[in-house]
Amino acid sequence: MNGVTRALRSEGGKGLIMVSPPLVYALLLLAAPLATIVLFSFWTQNFLDIDRTFTIANYAEALSDPLYRELMLRSLRISASVTAVTVILAFPVAYFISFHVAPQRKSLWLFLITIPFWTSYLIRVFLWRVILAFDGPVNGSLMGLGVIDEPLTFILYNANAVIITLAHAFAPFAILPIFVSLEKIDRSLLEAARDLGESKAMTFLRVTLPLAMPGVLAAVLIVSIPTVGDYVTPRLVGGSGGTMIANMIYAQIFDLNDRPMGATLAVLAMAIVALSLLWLIARIRFWLWLAEGRGVWIALAAGIAEILAIRAIFMLGPAIVGAPGTVLGLLAVATLGSVLIFVKVPKGRAGI
Amino acid sequence: MKARPLALFALLYLLVLYAPIMLLPIFAFNDGTVIAFPLRGFTTEWFGLLLETPALHRATRNSLVIAVSVAVLATCLGLFAARAATRYRFPAKTGILGFIMLPLVLPEVIVAISLLVVLMQLGLDSGIWSIIAGHTLLCIPFSVAILQGSFANMDQSLEEAAIDLGETPLSTFRLVTLPLVAPGIVASLLICFTISLDEFIIAFFLSGNAPTLPVYLWGQLRFPARLPMIMALGTILVVLSILLLVIAETFRRRGLRRAGLKDSGGFL
Repeated sequence: MNGVTRALRSEGGKGLIMVSPPLVYALLLLAAPLATIVLFSFWTQNFLDIDRTFTIANYAEALSDPLYRELMLRSLRISASVTAVTVILAFPVAYFISFHVAPQRKSLWLFLITIPFWTSYLIRVFLWRVILAFDGPVNGSLMGLGVIDEPLTFILYNANAVIITLAHAFAPFAILPIFVSLEKIDRSLLEAARDLGESKAMTFLRVTLPLAMPGVLAAVLIVSIPTVGDYVTPRLVGGSGGTMIANMIYAQIFDLNDRPMGATLAVLAMAIVALSLLWLIARIRFWLWLAEGRGVWIALAAGIAEILAIRAIFMLGPAIVGAPGTVLGLLAVATLGSVLIFVKVPKGRAGI
Repeated sequence: MKARPLALFALLYLLVLYAPIMLLPIFAFNDGTVIAFPLRGFTTEWFGLLLETPALHRATRNSLVIAVSVAVLATCLGLFAARAATRYRFPAKTGILGFIMLPLVLPEVIVAISLLVVLMQLGLDSGIWSIIAGHTLLCIPFSVAILQGSFANMDQSLEEAAIDLGETPLSTFRLVTLPLVAPGIVASLLICFTISLDEFIIAFFLSGNAPTLPVYLWGQLRFPARLPMIMALGTILVVLSILLLVIAETFRRRGLRRAGLKDSGGFL
């Protein structure tokens, strides 16, 4: 028996053979295409042909054009709002199901929550347009109740409508991971905290919440990444003020026939989302560490100072080093900082 | 009782979650061409109209062909991954499985345009087969998640016993493993079918001249006069989806009972 057959007979080898069909499929249909668009992003469209000389012109244009920057920032902003809304609203529901619903009824509740998610996305989004419309049920009932005199216009064909619709669409995605992490909490820990004299609220804050953090984090990731690239919702309910980066990617490829630019925007969107999330997680770990070591107020001050600094850089940066320089510089500093935090600061109690 | 406000919030949450779907049948049976309140009267005209639209029938046929192929393909591939994940330890396991599950979090637009760019570059025409390929990629993670549950619940000593009693690995799989994970397989088939039937973005980018139901729907949304018909179609789709899900859930629970385990939650 030679080395190769021995390797194939071992447990590791058998496992690799077993996993190879789906792995090869994913490599061919996911890794290869993703690599292709990265490659495309360094080429340029030359009328009908693709100019295959390596260039970063697309990236320079994508980062300096105010339209692209606005769309990118808006996509991030909408995604962040959707994530915040879904996670904050989902937590009490997940908590309720995990702690107050009888065990044999839990799966029924979860099933009820997931059903709307499996029904046609397109139709659900379109129905939100009906609900939020000028003459829709929301305005109708509010006017009927005498709360408002004329229909609300800020709830359709803008970013708010996109946020409402996406938050609705991604609700189950946020509930499930939080529920799973709440289910894993050993209930005797809560009893111990109560026995040792903590109040109910403090038990929740100091035991339940930190132990549920991994689920919250999973919910943040699973909601924020897909929402950045949503296409249908901005098209149907977003109007011109709610257009997002995916709509621009589509326009570049199909309407303007500039595939390399579309590829560049797609790559940039993914990179920016990934780096932002890395930055967010690193920052949460850092703040929790500060709060535990130096006190909550110091941590809060550090957080506010950082947000102000970023705002200042965005305001003043473009005038001094140009728009691409500002974005790249900020991303580089944030990423370096995040990596530094991951290396230096130990994992806190919350598991982040 | 302390949990009252929380329960109220949860119920309200469910109500909002279902609000859009509950509106669907209301407008589907409403005798008016405008999708707005007040309602006008009861009619089944829109459902009748569905029968007289050939383009819709073609889209439905495309969708069914795609959904069935995707369900079978994704479940087969998912079986391999789920089996490997629960039974073996191998190098780079977390990385490999994480990569297979990646389409779950990747924005669909990214998957769709990268597939489209490759197709265009290879000079291939997109059509039913390319949508099948894309949907399969998207469905594998769901299939793996469901099947992983089935495999994890299975008592491994049953397989070992079969081998000890002289069965070959293949016949062990056929006679012992397969019957035990069968409910999981059925659930995976149904879920993948449902996902593929409803998926829009990949189908939209890769459809070429073979529109699926959601792509056809999208095209119709531009014509206000056609909206009531769309509502009727949507009602049928939603009812169908819910039916499939209930069946899938029943099978999943049966699988859990067969494995002698208590139910711990939903699909994901």
